[in-house]
Amino acid sequence: MSDGLALEAALPLRDCTLEVSLEIAPGERLALMGRSGAGKTSLLRIAAGLLDPRSGRVSLGGETWLDTAAGIDLPPERRRCGLLFQEYALFPCMNAWRNVAYSLRRPRGERRRRALELLGRFGVGHVAEAAPAALSGGERQRVALARALAAEPRALLLDEPLAALDPATRSSARRELDALLAAMEIPVAIVTHSPEDAARLADRTAVIERGRVAAPG
Amino acid sequence: MRLRSPFGVLCLLALALAIAFLVLPIVSIFADVSPARLVEALGEEGAREALWLSLRTSAIAMAIVIVLGTPAAYLLGGRRFRGRAVLITAIELPLVVPPAVAGIGLLAAFGPRGILGDAVEGAGVELVFETAGVVVALVFVSAPFYLRQAIAAFGALDRRPLEAARTLGAGPFRAFATVALPGAREGLASGLALAWGRALGEFGATLLFAGSLPGATRTRRWRSSPISANRKASLPPWPSPRC
Repeated sequence: MSDGLALEAALPLRDCTLEVSLEIAPGERLALMGRSGAGKTSLLRIAAGLLDPRSGRVSLGGETWLDTAAGIDLPPERRRCGLLFQEYALFPCMNAWRNVAYSLRRPRGERRRRALELLGRFGVGHVAEAAPAALSGGERQRVALARALAAEPRALLLDEPLAALDPATRSSARRELDALLAAMEIPVAIVTHSPEDAARLADRTAVIERGRVAAPG
Repeated sequence: MRLRSPFGVLCLLALALAIAFLVLPIVSIFADVSPARLVEALGEEGAREALWLSLRTSAIAMAIVIVLGTPAAYLLGGRRFRGRAVLITAIELPLVVPPAVAGIGLLAAFGPRGILGDAVEGAGVELVFETAGVVVALVFVSAPFYLRQAIAAFGALDRRPLEAARTLGAGPFRAFATVALPGAREGLASGLALAWGRALGEFGATLLFAGSLPGATRTRRWRSSPISANRKASLPPWPSPRC
């Protein structure tokens, strides 16, 4: 059995059927590329437990998260699989530090201290009290990343992490993200449309075409 | 749209007529009865009793509407499934039912000879001519106002923060309580205000279902009671109150 994230899924999409089998080793970064509607985001959602495939299997190390044949389907909150949404999906009713502290089960003072520490590490400590609506695209991305990592995920899935940024912010954000991901020992999957992002952020690339892996890297 | 254009003038005229029609009856109450007379009327024992009962029963009814209506609206607002439109229409039915028909319906369902009459009696609950009956009538007429707004508020929520909460370790209830409820709070507050207003103004269904016994079910001051306490004993199990 793989030590990393193993994912097999079949799911009917609008234009085709998604039939994919992938493995990502611990510490490895895999870029998923392909046209819109090819099923890249669906794969991430299946891994995170937000979408049920028609059939499939998802496991991390020795733990099975989903096995449709065996009737196993762990809910998202029990998978500890971090997902960075395309538009970041910050909680609009909470300020930045409360967003980051959401997954922390500690006394209030300690939660705040840890959240501020993470925000500082990502270079956005100065926006701790700001509402998500008041943040720039780059700040939102870093707050969302700090929030995903505060939960100490066992796998990290990034859905077009740089797509919402302007070109000027994009290249500096990519460098920072690359440095952060390099220090991680968990499997990371990155959905992107940009060959440049894939080359700089990932160890290998898989291209998904009409629901299948056309070019495993 | 330019307000000086013929269509703009037509819209302005329609707005003026609508406001005049809707506001005039409310203003007329105060023109007809002076504020001093209204305050003086509140000093009467019967008026104070009816007002207190209205506040008490409508507060209990709102608590029931919130506790049952909020999760129901969350389910209907956040999911698309076959039959959803039928369920929403069914929930909104009391909005278009005349008050007298609502009262008769409540009697037919929960009255002594109603469909659930035996079950209600078996549970040791008395509704007809009792304060509990007023609460049931208020819930029936006011719940759709809250549910409509709540379904729309939950339906308009961005689902991604809710999904993010789940991936961050929150179960369905925590995601609902910490992300969905704060996100929908304005719609829920507006629905509650409408429902409470409807409950405070409710009269017809309550009169038919619970009667108008001073201190127990009377939520309006009457010059002459349509159903006196003395008549209660002589009424049949499924009463036909006459006003």
